[in-house]
This record gives sequence, structure tokens and C-alpha cells, in this order.
Amino acid sequence: MKFGVVRFPGSNCDFDTLHVLGKVMKRPTVALWHKDHDLQGVDCVVLPGGFSYGDYLRSGAIARFSPLMQEVKAFARNGGRVLGICNGFQILLELGLLPGAMLRNKDLKFLCEHVHIRVEDDRTDFTRASKKGRVLRIPIAHFDGNYYAPARVLKDIERRRQVVFRYCDAEGRTTEEANVNGSMAGIAGLRNREGNVLGMMPHPERASEAVLGSEDGRAVFESIILSLERKGHDR
Amino acid sequence: MKVRILVSFKDSVLDPQGQTVKNALHTLGYGAVRDVRQGKVFELELEGTTKKEAEALVPEIARRVLANPIIEKFDWEILKGR
Repeated sequence: MKFGVVRFPGSNCDFDTLHVLGKVMKRPTVALWHKDHDLQGVDCVVLPGGFSYGDYLRSGAIARFSPLMQEVKAFARNGGRVLGICNGFQILLELGLLPGAMLRNKDLKFLCEHVHIRVEDDRTDFTRASKKGRVLRIPIAHFDGNYYAPARVLKDIERRRQVVFRYCDAEGRTTEEANVNGSMAGIAGLRNREGNVLGMMPHPERASEAVLGSEDGRAVFESIILSLERKGHDR
Repeated sequence: MKVRILVSFKDSVLDPQGQTVKNALHTLGYGAVRDVRQGKVFELELEGTTKKEAEALVPEIARRVLANPIIEKFDWEILKGR
């Protein structure tokens, strides 16, 4: 299987993500330029963190119009796996591949710290290497991570069990204090209805090597690999 | 033609920046300020566009790009031209 990491002007986690997928997870990985039209036959597209287009207008608002993103949209609609991390999550929301929007963090602060998130569902393509209820320690680094959805949409998201990760404390309790950015329902990671697209604010690529203080992020990449390699290249 | 588009949060969406400004105004003694909502202003120069065309074009641009309809609303007006 092959990973592709999309690079926008202003992406800054593209190298980390390429490193983890290629050197730590040891899978063929290519960088994809946002102006291209070709996904180069990748099996999973990763939208990395950063500040695409300087976060001008709104985080992720301009990146969604990139030529390659039209390909990513079609790829996702055909069932292709897409993982959006931080700014990548924001882009997926703006693109309409995931429901809702991001608001500024509740305390109006840029948050750069390790947080705990709880795996809400271990049957997704992004969590099957983990366990439901497991607490992962992964860093966040964002200004606009305060997830918002209209009440009707939020109800639908919960009913369809689309919440994949929620902010929690070290013991797995979803307290108001642990919900550092004020996200609705403590949402830290969300999948689409079909389950092939995941957006998450925490950075798993920053927590995939012991030397960086946590390897919990590996579960996300291991899960994708497990999902794709078990199913083979049947797409 | 020149148009001005004002984008702001929907009433149902909390605006923490507006709240912070309101609190600052209260601290300064402006007790009459009941609420503050913060927004963004865009001024667009349109070429060869009639008023009728602008009435279709500007809301389209605002909905598609300038505002995120999930959290924001917009108003617009013609500043110059007809």
C-alpha cells in the first residue's frame, strides 16, 4: 500500500508525516503537491497539519479550492481513505467531506500541549489497531479547534457514532476541563458516515516514536495499514 | 462597482472574541454596551457588473467563499457605482 501526503503552501507537518509513514511505519510514501491533478495511485491520502495559505480567510478555507483537492474529494467519494490532521481536519470541514466547522478555541489561546483523547469506536479503519475506551496521549497545536455543529447535525453525528476520539483526562473521563478547546461534545476526531474519512485535531505523527515521549499516535497509522493491507488492493 | 460585504457569526454561535471586547469595554466603564459581535469586512471592486448581476454574484461569492454558512451570516451593500 502507498500513502500520499498533500503539501500546501504553509503546510508545516508534511515532513513529520512523511517521516513517520515512510521511516517509522515503513510504507511507501509520496509527497503530493496541491497544484497537481494526480494522486499517483496512493491508497490513503493524508492532509497534514500547518497553516495552509496562512490560515487566511478561515483555517482551511482556501486550500479546499486547490486542484488536487478536487481529486481528493472524488477519491473520498469513491471510498478512498483520507486522514486530515489538524489543519487537514479543518480543510476536510471546509471541503464538506466532514460535517460542522471550527471556531476559535474557547479561551482564545493557541494551544500547544499534550492532551488525552479516548477511543470511542475501535471498529473504524483509523482505530481498529486500538481498543475502545483506550486513552491516547497525543499533542495538539492549534488556534481553531473548537468543534461546532448545529444541534441537529450534532445529534445525527452521535446517532451514527461518527465521533472517533473525545478529549478526556488521563483516566479517560470526559470532563469540561479536559475539553481544552471547548469543542462540542468534546469532539477531537470525527469520521464521515461511510467511515473512510477521518479528521482529528491531535497530531499522531508527533507521537509515533518513543524518543518524542509518546507512541500512542502510531495506533492511527497502524489501523489504516491494517485496514488496507487486509483488504488488499481491490479498489 | 464597489461593494462591501460584512461577515459575522450567526446569532446561535458563541463569539468569544466579541465577548472579550465586551468585557474590556465594561472594564473601561462603558456599561451601556450590552453585547458585541465581531466580524470581517470585505470590499470588492467589480468590473462590468450591473446592479442586477451583482445581486446574484455577491451573495454567491459570500456563501461559497467569504462566509462559512455553517457558522456565519453575511450582509452586503453597494458602496459606489450602480
